[in-house]
Amino acid sequence: MSWLIKSSIGRKFVQSISGLFLILFLLFHMSMNLVLIFNYETYNFLANEILGANWWAIIGTGVIALGFVVHVIYAIILTLQNRKARGSNSYASSSQTKTPWSSQNMFVLGLFILLFLFLHLYQMWYQMQFKELFMIEGARHDGAQLVEEVFSHLWVVIVYVIAFIALWFHLTHGFWSALHTVGWNNTVWMKRIKVLGNIISTVISLGFILVAIAIYLGYSNLLG
Amino acid sequence: MDKDINIKVKVWRQNGPKEKGHFETYPLENISQGSSFLEMLDILNEKLINEGKETVVFDHDCREGICGMCSLYINGHPHGPDEGVTTCQLHMRRFNDGDTITVEPWRSAGFPIIKDLMVDRSAFDKIIQAGGYISVNTGSAIDANAIPIPRDDAEMAMDAAACIGCGACVAACKNGSAMLFVSAKVSQFALLPQGRVEATQRAKSMVAKMDELGFGNCTNTGACEVECPKNISITNIARLNREFLKAKFRD
Ligand code: HEM
Ligand code: SF4
Ligand code: FES
Repeated sequence: MSWLIKSSIGRKFVQSISGLFLILFLLFHMSMNLVLIFNYETYNFLANEILGANWWAIIGTGVIALGFVVHVIYAIILTLQNRKARGSNSYASSSQTKTPWSSQNMFVLGLFILLFLFLHLYQMWYQMQFKELFMIEGARHDGAQLVEEVFSHLWVVIVYVIAFIALWFHLTHGFWSALHTVGWNNTVWMKRIKVLGNIISTVISLGFILVAIAIYLGYSNLLG
Repeated sequence: MDKDINIKVKVWRQNGPKEKGHFETYPLENISQGSSFLEMLDILNEKLINEGKETVVFDHDCREGICGMCSLYINGHPHGPDEGVTTCQLHMRRFNDGDTITVEPWRSAGFPIIKDLMVDRSAFDKIIQAGGYISVNTGSAIDANAIPIPRDDAEMAMDAAACIGCGACVAACKNGSAMLFVSAKVSQFALLPQGRVEATQRAKSMVAKMDELGFGNCTNTGACEVECPKNISITNIARLNREFLKAKFRD
C-alpha cells in the first residue's frame, strides 16, 4: 500500500477519496441543519439521542476528523511537491492560459475553510460533545438554542456565508476533479460530472447559508 | 492583408544551466506578417551575427508541427497565442505593429534550461524508455485488418498518438505535471489490443519514472489541454488514473 504515499496518482487518490468522504459528511450535516428551520425539539432530539456523546457518534466524529486530517496533510504534501516541481523560475509574461479560478486556488480556499473550521468547532462542537465527553462544566444539550445564540450575531453569519462561498469554489473544482482522479471520466461523462459537481456544491453551500440567515432573521423553529 | 511590421522582441538570454539569466530586448524592423515566428527569430539571429553578437539559441527541427522540437513560451502561452498549433506553425500575422513580444523558455523543474530558450526535455525520453512501447516480435508486418478494432477505440488511440512530446503541457502547468503527455502515451497503447498485453506494467513503470524525475501531482487544472498544440484531451488523464489504479489494486 506504500504507493498511496509514494506515487503521484496514489497521493491524488487519497486526496480525492478523503475529499469525497467529506462531501458526504457535509451533505448529511447540511440536511440535519435544515431541521432547525422547522423544529428545535426534533433537532435537539437528533443531536442528543441519535448523536450526542454516544459511542457511535464518537467513532463517527473520529472518522470525520481523520478524514479531515488526512485531507489537509495530503493537501500540504501535494502543494509543496507541486511548487518544487514547478521550479523557482517564474514566467515574466504571466500565464495567460484560461483555467477555472478555483482550480488554481484549491490550497488557499482549503486553508480558509480550515480556519473557519476552528471557529466553528469552538462555537458548536466544543460546547456540546467535547465538554460532555470530558465532563467540562457547562456542556450544552440544547444544541438548537446554542445555534440560535451563535447566529444572533451578525458577524458570525457573515463569516459563515463567506466560508461557504469559499467551500463552493473548492467543491466546484473538487468534485469533478476527485472523480477524474479515481478514473471515472471520459468525453461523455465530463460535462455531466461537472454539472453534478456544481449542483452538489450549490446545494451544500446554499443549505448551510440559508439556515444561518434564516436563524438570524428569526425564521426558524417554524413548526415549534 | 499582410503588412510589414516593426516589433520589439524581449528574449530570455541565459548562458548555461547554472548561470543567471536575464531579458534582452531587440527591435526588429519590417518583419513581414507572412513570415513564421521562427523565421522572425532567424532574422533576429542574422542581425545578431552581422553585429558580431551571439545568436539566440532555440530548438526547432521540422518546422511543420510534427516533430515536437520547437518550444517557446510566447506572451504568456506555450507555443504562443494561437490554439492548436506549435511555435513553428505560428505566424507573425498574430502580432501587430509596435508590439513587444516576450519570448521565454519552458520553465519547469523537470526541464532545466540548457542555453537561452533551449531546455533539456530528455526526461520525456526516459519516461518513454520506461514503458512507452510494445515489445512483441512482429516478424513481417501482418494484415492491418487481421485484428478487428472498434472504430471509436481506433480514433481515440490515434488522437492520443498525435502527441508530439513537445512538453507544452508541463510548461503550462502550475504543478509542473507531465500527466497529459504520459496519459497520451499510455492511452495510445491501452486502447488497442496489441497494447493491452503489457498495459498494467506500462502504466506502473511510466508513472513511476515520471514521479522519479520530479514532475508534479496533477490537480486537473486543465491548463495542459488548453495549450496542447495537438489538442490532447485530459480525459486521457482519467484513463491513465484508471489504468494505474486498476494495476495497483490487482497487485
Ligand atoms: C469540508 C471540507 C472539504 C471538502 C469537502 C473538500 C473536498 C475536496 C475534494 C473533493 C477535492 C478533490 C480531490 C482530487 O481532485 O483528487 C479536494 C482537493 C483538495 N483540497 Fe479539499 N476539501 C475540504 C477541505 C480542505 C481543506 C481544509 C484543505 C487545506 C488546507 C483542502 C485542500 C485541498 C487541496 C490542496 C486539494 C488538491 C487540489 C486539487 O486536487 O485540485 N481542502 N478537496
Ligand atoms: S500532450 Fe500536447 S502539450 Fe503535452 S507533450 Fe504531447 S503534444 Fe505537447
Ligand atoms: S519544429 Fe517540429 S514541431 Fe515545431
